[in-house]
Amino acid sequence: MTPPLNSLEVFKTFQQHLANGRKADHRTIVVSAGACGLASGAQKLIEALQAEMHDEDSAARVAVRVTGCHGFCELEPSLLVEPEGTFYPRVAVKQVSRLVKAVACGEVINDLLWTDPDTGKSVARMEDLPFYSKQVRKIMGRNEKIDPVRVESYIENGGYAALVKVLERGDPGWVVEEVARSGLRGRGGAGFPTGVKWRLLAKQSGREHKFLVCNADEGDPGAYMDRSILEGNPHCILEGMLIGAYATGATQGILYIRNEYPLAIAHVRTALEQAYEQGVLGNHILGTEFCFDIQIVQGAGAFVCGEETALIRSIEGKMGEPRQRPPFPIEQGIHGEPTGINNVETWANIPLIILEGAENYAGTGTSGSAGTKVFSLVGKIKNTGLVEVPMGITIREIVYDIGGGAVDGASIKAVQTGGPSGGCIPVSRFDLPIDYDSLAKAGSIMGSGGMIVMDNHTCIVDVAKYFMGFLKDESCGKCYTCRKGTQRMYEILEDITEGRGRKEQLELLEELALVVKDTTMCGLGQTAANPVLSTLRYFREEYLEHIKNGQCPAGVCKALISYSINEHCTGCGVCASNCPTEAIAGERKERHSIDASKCIKCGNCRSACKFNAVEVV
Amino acid sequence: MNGSIHMTLNGLEVSVETGMTILDAARFFGFPIPTLCHMEGLSPYGACRLCVVEIGDAPQSKLVSSCTYPVEEGLIVRTASARVLRARKMILELLLASCPQSKVIQDLASEHDIRQQRFRQEHEDCILCGLCVRMCEEQMMAKAIGFRGRGEKRSIGTPFDIHSEVCRLCGGCIYVCPACQLRCTYTEPDKAICGGCVNISPPCVEKDSYDDMMCYMAPCVACEIKKD
Repeated sequence: MTPPLNSLEVFKTFQQHLANGRKADHRTIVVSAGACGLASGAQKLIEALQAEMHDEDSAARVAVRVTGCHGFCELEPSLLVEPEGTFYPRVAVKQVSRLVKAVACGEVINDLLWTDPDTGKSVARMEDLPFYSKQVRKIMGRNEKIDPVRVESYIENGGYAALVKVLERGDPGWVVEEVARSGLRGRGGAGFPTGVKWRLLAKQSGREHKFLVCNADEGDPGAYMDRSILEGNPHCILEGMLIGAYATGATQGILYIRNEYPLAIAHVRTALEQAYEQGVLGNHILGTEFCFDIQIVQGAGAFVCGEETALIRSIEGKMGEPRQRPPFPIEQGIHGEPTGINNVETWANIPLIILEGAENYAGTGTSGSAGTKVFSLVGKIKNTGLVEVPMGITIREIVYDIGGGAVDGASIKAVQTGGPSGGCIPVSRFDLPIDYDSLAKAGSIMGSGGMIVMDNHTCIVDVAKYFMGFLKDESCGKCYTCRKGTQRMYEILEDITEGRGRKEQLELLEELALVVKDTTMCGLGQTAANPVLSTLRYFREEYLEHIKNGQCPAGVCKALISYSINEHCTGCGVCASNCPTEAIAGERKERHSIDASKCIKCGNCRSACKFNAVEVV
Repeated sequence: MNGSIHMTLNGLEVSVETGMTILDAARFFGFPIPTLCHMEGLSPYGACRLCVVEIGDAPQSKLVSSCTYPVEEGLIVRTASARVLRARKMILELLLASCPQSKVIQDLASEHDIRQQRFRQEHEDCILCGLCVRMCEEQMMAKAIGFRGRGEKRSIGTPFDIHSEVCRLCGGCIYVCPACQLRCTYTEPDKAICGGCVNISPPCVEKDSYDDMMCYMAPCVACEIKKD
């Protein structure tokens, strides 16, 4: 059976037909329902909205679209009303009925809008929110327009047009050069120029197979950009890979998705089925001579499988551990055949480059780092969420303008970029522009885009210990310096946070970190020392405070702090009732006290007290 | 793969066969490089990192494991630069702290002038160099043992920890082990250090299997126990 889209002309007609079918007077309520949206209650909203649609009057004037993540996690579940772009944050199910009626009449409900905490004014349009106004949402912005489980929705919004453009031009070499000219660098972290990689892959000739892999084994703690793209816009990844295959002559595509992303896997699987059905994937794509297959491989929960040589072994069905390069995967990858591996976000950029043209694309960002980058902004910050910014923007703009600064009057101390392999950048260097080279110079990395904000209640040594603990568990254990090095670094950091640290251990830690960085086999180990090295570089004083004075300035390290109740205590007894070990005693309406021998320093009393009477000393 | 390439080895212009590794080349020209996970006849693995050498020109130079790195035209290699020695000493210090009973590691540490032990003492009897796994697979064609787990939970063993049907008790795994060599020198007390190996549990092979042991070594601990 020939698929419906059996020539380029048919495709264009179909796309035009879909675009013409839009009803201009129709309003659409868009639900942000990525995995994070669903977790915060979007499913109930969807059900409530669908119930409202039983009303014929509403259904005639309002449509509902369930899409991937819109990025503003802090305010999930959120709704967006098209075409006006009205944004309703944290919508409760009981508000749905009122909202649908208002939308049907083209009205805006002012009391449900987002209110600026600084000015007290409400803001109606999504793009006027400070969180969104500084972003350039070339990739994320498509999420709200597309229903991820309907290929027609993607095509209607200009999807697969880049593929058609490439097929019409019929020159693979041009595609490679276009990507090279765009200056796109790998979004997985290391920033290798994508065009150069493709050129190398295209040159590999006389081999039976050539593989293209989409690396969706996103494992950094606190980073979920790739997930939101896979869930919200799976077809753009397929289109990117198709264009890549056309350019490099690849025959087989593999989407390596981590098993912890069930919704992403489901959406990608649906997308693949639909792409095959429609004829944009498989044999004789859109009636041309071009053939390409894509299949899904699910990861099995190892962080190290994000490293390309480990990923290849995992795809081959072997134990996920890296091997020494050379030979590089581009020469000898899956089953010894040439393999080109790119990150999800890199693939998502490809259709954009082809449609906009390389020069236009390179117009965004800096000369060494073109385009935009999606970061997941999390931690001690007001507006958490996925932010897409042009390269070259400063950390300060991201943290304060988009992120809204610190929570509850705290002061921001540092950001950690690049996940466990990245480093901490202190507030004194927040004017640093975000690009591959500046971040590397500052001792961190771009990484896949995790950005964790820390304030004065975050202990830097504790953070380094956390990341080292993660790496120690996730190191594959093959090469000795990574396995033992991370264990020993963790051991020293544990000593410091538990008050056993000695001055000479700090020197040993630094010495060891440098050797681990120098001698390990793969990227995981080579960057495993970054959390230690970057924090030692900028926060040595804080380490010394732990070692010399036995104090944790942030009040985090349990062995070095104790709790006490000050004169603000009103004797309400809330702290005592929240204490799991009955360490707090006192007469009603009189100042309470803590028995240090019973106290396990869980901090429950402190968070329960409304009068700031519990102090850390 | 025939032909030769030119490279600089510790400042010396040399010509070596293509297909060799840096380690092969360095040893051929008499530059010693210590190794633990390397053995002729087994595929290179690059796990112990002791064999790291510095390649390229500063400041772009980097450390690579010489046992896995193939020689290239124009390659500049230093096998004993300050950076290499610093790394090697740290690796040995780590090894000695975790595996102090191994004679091989003690000797290497001593050769490299390790005079202090700054990490907390551990008593592990395996450094996960993987020689036994490769021996079993590549020379004995048995694949009776393999790696499992990751990170600090990584270990070597048979599937489900039960005796493997494909194990022929050849003893090859014991023979190649750089960390548990003690077991094989026990009958020569001058080479042994503490004798603690007798009590290692579990022993490399189960006691009731010793009779079937096809051991080509000088009497090892296993045999000694058998006589009891």
